[in-house]
Amino acid sequence: MSWAHVGTVILAAFLASLVEFVEALTIVLAVGTTRGWRSALIGAGAGVLFLTVLTLAVGPALQRVPLSSLQLVIGVLLVLFGMRWLRKAILRAGGVIGLRDEAAIYAKETARVDRVSLVTSFKAVTLEGLEVIFVVIATGARGLLVPAALGAVLAGSLVILAGVGLRRPLARVPENTLKFAVGALLSGFGVFWVGEGLRYRWPGEDLALLGLVGGFTVIALLAVAAIRRSAAPASPVQVRGHP
Amino acid sequence: MSAVATALRDLWGLFVEDTSFTLGMLGSLVIAAFAFPVLRLGDAWRGPALFLLLAAVLLENVRRTAQRRG
Repeated sequence: MSWAHVGTVILAAFLASLVEFVEALTIVLAVGTTRGWRSALIGAGAGVLFLTVLTLAVGPALQRVPLSSLQLVIGVLLVLFGMRWLRKAILRAGGVIGLRDEAAIYAKETARVDRVSLVTSFKAVTLEGLEVIFVVIATGARGLLVPAALGAVLAGSLVILAGVGLRRPLARVPENTLKFAVGALLSGFGVFWVGEGLRYRWPGEDLALLGLVGGFTVIALLAVAAIRRSAAPASPVQVRGHP
Repeated sequence: MSAVATALRDLWGLFVEDTSFTLGMLGSLVIAAFAFPVLRLGDAWRGPALFLLLAAVLLENVRRTAQRRG
């Protein structure tokens, strides 16, 4: 077996796994920053533990797990959850719902183990982790499982380091702005996974995710602008300036 | 028993805040799963069409909620 062959397997597993790890990190970072790190990390840790046990227990038989069914179920849940969050962020940014009560609820929720955060992180890590396992099995076929696993481990380590670096800058962003972004992210991921589960052929494949998240962001920004414009004449602050 | 009820209520609340909004989203997903193939919508158009359906549901619900509360 030549080094070029082994190197190609490591690189292929590294690049393919990198995409999946980044997708999982995006959700864990988003949920952790908006709802509290404790629950997000417990959820992510539980996901890793679940995957480890699953891998040790069934190993290569994992290839037979119907990934599309799993993607469809998780996609539907993410669409329902993410769009609910995005709707609330739009209504708050547009001034329809007050910010003060939300801040109190947020503070209360971050003080204890938060089920939303825990479950969302767990689902993201489990689904993306399963895809990494499939990548390793696929690229490491013909006796090259160890180099393929090495590529995946390198990608995972790189993504975890990036996540630790991004944690502090994210904490400075206002809460509703983050919830707005997280709503768009989860909605985008949800639609993507529903499409994958229904075996849609996405234009640009995984890059379609960026288009979906960008699309939800644009739609949400337009909605906020429309609400503010229609609410402006009725607002007491605006009335004072325009008798 | 009350702990189970609370957990179920919390779980329901995770996904349902405005029933008409949730029904709109579920309706869009059902259309995507069953109507798109019947309508013979091209494979590459199904994803963007699902996105547009969900975006329309979101915009309509936000507009209606803002009008109701405004």
